[in-house]
Amino acid sequence: MSTTTTTPSTAAGPTTAPAGPRRPARRPIPWGRIGGWICLVVILLITIFPFYWMLRTALSDNRALALEADSLLPAEFTLDAFRRVFGLTTLEESLAQGGAGGRINFWLYLRNSVIVAASITLGQVLFSAMAAYAFARLRWPGRNAVFALFLSALMVPGIFTAIPNFVLVKELGLLNTFPGLILPTFFMTPFAIFFLRQFFLGVPREVEEAALIDGAGRARVFLRIVLPMTAAPITTLAVLTYITAWNEYFWPLLVGQSDDVRVLTVALGIFRSQTPQGSPDWSGLMAATLVAALPIVLLFVALGRRIVSSIGFSGIK
Amino acid sequence: MAVVTPPAPPAPGARAPRRLRPSGRPRGDLRAAMVFLIPATVGFVVFYLVPAVRGAWFSLTDYSVLAPPQFVGLDNYRRLVDDPLFWNAMGVTGYYVVINIVVQTVVAVGLAVLLQRMTRSILVRGAALLPYFVANVVVALVWFFMLDYQIGIVNVLLGKVGIDPQAFFGDPALALPTIALINVWRHMGYTALLVFAGLQTIPPQVYEAASLDGASAWRQFRSITLPLLRPVLALVLVVTVTGSFQIFDTVAVTTGGGPVDATRVIYLYIYDLAFAQLDFGYASALSVVLFAVLLIVALVQLRLLRAGESDNS
Repeated sequence: MSTTTTTPSTAAGPTTAPAGPRRPARRPIPWGRIGGWICLVVILLITIFPFYWMLRTALSDNRALALEADSLLPAEFTLDAFRRVFGLTTLEESLAQGGAGGRINFWLYLRNSVIVAASITLGQVLFSAMAAYAFARLRWPGRNAVFALFLSALMVPGIFTAIPNFVLVKELGLLNTFPGLILPTFFMTPFAIFFLRQFFLGVPREVEEAALIDGAGRARVFLRIVLPMTAAPITTLAVLTYITAWNEYFWPLLVGQSDDVRVLTVALGIFRSQTPQGSPDWSGLMAATLVAALPIVLLFVALGRRIVSSIGFSGIK
Repeated sequence: MAVVTPPAPPAPGARAPRRLRPSGRPRGDLRAAMVFLIPATVGFVVFYLVPAVRGAWFSLTDYSVLAPPQFVGLDNYRRLVDDPLFWNAMGVTGYYVVINIVVQTVVAVGLAVLLQRMTRSILVRGAALLPYFVANVVVALVWFFMLDYQIGIVNVLLGKVGIDPQAFFGDPALALPTIALINVWRHMGYTALLVFAGLQTIPPQVYEAASLDGASAWRQFRSITLPLLRPVLALVLVVTVTGSFQIFDTVAVTTGGGPVDATRVIYLYIYDLAFAQLDFGYASALSVVLFAVLLIVALVQLRLLRAGESDNS
């Protein structure tokens, strides 16, 4: 849990502590709590429902959707939408199912998204960890000034650097290549460095100093002591970085338009703009969004506990 | 991106000789630090620092990528003063930020208080957080379908209670609030968890004392929770407002700026100028202005909310 908690850890119902004035026998019906639960359930329903609706529509027959618009279950259950999205149907079949004519292959975009997000995660976490260690633990002149300079990049709106970065990538001939998509966030982000520095500061100095006295070099201390001791926050950061890279739309839209490097988010935007005005391929579109969302949802379900408890505040985007 | 709690600092107890270092390192760890910092510095210089300087330079030029930049002084900045589309974009963005932030903050504080009082369940908090981790594009498309004029479930339900279907994305009066509320949906759980973390810092004894004095729940919220939460709220607002100004994805996939420029936010306008009209100089000038606006807004917020001080004394 958060380090900020001041409550003594009495497991037995700490929830009742801050509740309103409460006289033991007088109030058999806690209206306030009932009302609170109703609000909470409504908010959670609103939060979860769109995910269900995505699934329900993806499993529906596209032509049946209009007739059963209010059906809570899939309208004429079928997997055709997924077959269309993965390019498993012929053009005629696709049109007969109410799909768009254009050929789409989400396997390719899925692969591209994995390549881009995994590469960014590997580079960014490793290099940011090295930098964070230098800022947290090594002593050198100008350390705080350089750290402040790195952090100041947090305030810069993305589009301000995106324009010159686009020009740079174009000059390097990297438009529509994986390096062009990956490089800008491969080496660091201010957030990653800030995040890891916080945790490295918490590693007891004594452990490191013992190793240094035993003659270990800084690199060895970093690899053998600091990284293993901070494995948990590094994993959290890796997951956050992967999700951010996976979800990124703006930069891939600028430099990754061609089919062979197109990632899922960009492909979704194109799919949406290709849908004919009269009868859009809604079930295909929802199947495609599900393909884009599912890996993240699974990752979140697997590691959500860690992510949820890592969310606190330190005022940094 | 996420905001994260730093871990507890190492026990501040008895640790006298802090500078107990192995001998032979008189000048600190400069050489090691340089090695450790090489990759990150390359990334910072090549993709942040130089682009920032270059962006500022582009803003003083006429530049279409195809030909080298031509220095034109402050022409681009003069041009934006008389550009109705720029002012429209700023107005639209401001309107978006106001709706988005006001609704989101109110809902998030409410949700955070509910979470605090009702349940410790990490499952509930996880569910609330889930939308934040799904791509903007996905969120936009799901709501685009749910709000469809003909077969969107929202309009179907509205029809059942006797309300005419609404063209949520087609009506100039509705499009922007709709997009603002979609992003409230995506961010409310995340913001609530930030506020929730802030609520944990308020000692329960304060509430107990207030209860003994007979303060109602609402009174406690107004006189204890809100004032003690202020420094946290200030930081949360700076982060969310800065993000809110940079709305792009949702607009780009749903309305594309329409109907009749009702949703042409500043990010989208800059994007169009640069990448559709290849007017990189003018687009850069607008992004410099956006940067300045963000800085000023952040400073004003911190000032107004006196973020550095706490009432907790």
